[in-house]
Amino acid sequence: MLKLKDITVCYGKIPAVRNVSLEVGEGELVTLIGANGAGKTTTLRAISGLLPLAAGEITFRHKPIGNTPARDVLALGLAHCPEGRRVFPQLSVRENLEMGAYLRHDREGIARDMERIFDRFPRLQERLHQAAGTLSGGEQQMLAIARALMSRPKMVLLDEPSLGLAPNLVERTFEIISDIRKEGTTVLMVEQNALAALEMCDRSYLLETGQVVERGTGREMLGNPHIQKAYLGG
Amino acid sequence: MTARLLPWLFVAFMAVLPLWMHDQYILYVLTSTGIFIIAAMSLNLLLGYTGQLSLGHVAFFGIGAYTSALLSLGFDLDLGGAEPFVLDPQPVWIAFLGGILMAAVFGWLIGRLAFRVRGAYFVIVTISFAQVMRMVALNWVDLTEGPMALNNIPPLTVWWPGEGFVPLYSKEHYYLLVLAVGVLSYVIIHRLVQSRVGRALIALRENESLARSVGINVTRYLVIATVVSAGMAGAAGGLYTHYIRIVDPDIFMFIYTVTMVIMVITGGKGTLAGPVVGGLLFGFLPEVLRDVARPEVQWIIYGAVMIVIIFFLPQGIVPAVGKLFSRKKKHPRHDARTPTAPRITEGASS
Repeated sequence: MLKLKDITVCYGKIPAVRNVSLEVGEGELVTLIGANGAGKTTTLRAISGLLPLAAGEITFRHKPIGNTPARDVLALGLAHCPEGRRVFPQLSVRENLEMGAYLRHDREGIARDMERIFDRFPRLQERLHQAAGTLSGGEQQMLAIARALMSRPKMVLLDEPSLGLAPNLVERTFEIISDIRKEGTTVLMVEQNALAALEMCDRSYLLETGQVVERGTGREMLGNPHIQKAYLGG
Repeated sequence: MTARLLPWLFVAFMAVLPLWMHDQYILYVLTSTGIFIIAAMSLNLLLGYTGQLSLGHVAFFGIGAYTSALLSLGFDLDLGGAEPFVLDPQPVWIAFLGGILMAAVFGWLIGRLAFRVRGAYFVIVTISFAQVMRMVALNWVDLTEGPMALNNIPPLTVWWPGEGFVPLYSKEHYYLLVLAVGVLSYVIIHRLVQSRVGRALIALRENESLARSVGINVTRYLVIATVVSAGMAGAAGGLYTHYIRIVDPDIFMFIYTVTMVIMVITGGKGTLAGPVVGGLLFGFLPEVLRDVARPEVQWIIYGAVMIVIIFFLPQGIVPAVGKLFSRKKKHPRHDARTPTAPRITEGASS
């Protein structure tokens, strides 16, 4: 579904990601793991069109999307849920969700999808008119994921969904991501929590200093001695 | 409900004011304050809603003023051909609209150029732009008369049944006209901010990278905001020039931009009422102080009030008052709701 071939992304002249190739099949849940500064977020930002490619190609459903503006990538069905402040803090929960459907014009469909989202995240419905910035960290993360789903994507890019959340919420977040995937949305997720990421994914790539150094199914990666030593504390 | 009624009550009060207030000087101050409030509202659209600080906003104000003045006076221009280009005096309203249009065109140009380089660079580009405009007005003597100024600019007119277009010479009438344009500007900004475009602008200000990732065409919306903002500042400039009926290059002075910025920031940037409140305060403060303090002391008080506001109400007056009200209102409602909505624990911690 998504294919990266030898992509290089630079900040100024310094390459942050070098010759990265990876592939995500339809319906798969693939994770990118690695330490801080390994190039995980940069890779996602290049895919969604927020950063230009210095070299290489990206194709999504057989269409080249390297160096394509973010809105066009989104229009093809690839939604990005960026890391850090993931919501518009001064807009209400409802407005945040509506922003997620910004490129859509089918009012009824949007209303239906919003209902579906409330079934999954009842908290969001309770806080519909509250400013998103006043939600708890966990609720903001739910809202960010829900917003990404409002564009009805075929695939979502999730950047560190567990960042800064309490442990019980991390678990809950991962459950939701598994659910999304079960419903047929392909997921590419960046995650620092290597153990959780490897346990839930189909396949995974390990990035170190901007390059893919290991790849394999979640199980293979869990058994990999290098990964065990460097990332799983074993 | 009261919050909705409040702006209209305010407008109604301002509209009946000339019926009992006959002090010409007060009306003059109110009118020029009103013109500055319109300019401040236009700046607020950029500064408050897109987060871009235009420190050359007076350029659009001045372009509106000069264009409107020149079109209503007529001019001839030697373009190097055999015959100079001659424009006969145009009706004032055509000139006024021309001023808005010209300011909007320059807004579009600046928007296209400046939003490639945002933040500090945008500030620098806008400051330079205003300075360049001042130099043009000062040195293109054939067209602008330079420091000799354009004089005898006709006042705006109003159409009256049976009499046709009547020039507005009286302060009361001009005051009402400025009030009407002010209300119109407020409504335009209100509609714009509530629309899809406004939502996009706010999203952009809050988190640009996220805004782009939900599919907002950043440059396009910033340019739309600049064009509307510049056009509105141009309208304020037109009102100003036909009111004082003279325009010289000092209209591009930096202090005017600073005044607009002060009005927006103290009133509350990113709120609809902010520039109105800030404008009334800082337009009127020097006049209130005139009776009680000497000029030097006036400016010291002016500065002190500004510092106090920024220090204690960094969000501005309007958001602070709004918060006060909602806190009062929220308590009973909050209590009433709690028992009916059993808290679901999921996601409650953190």
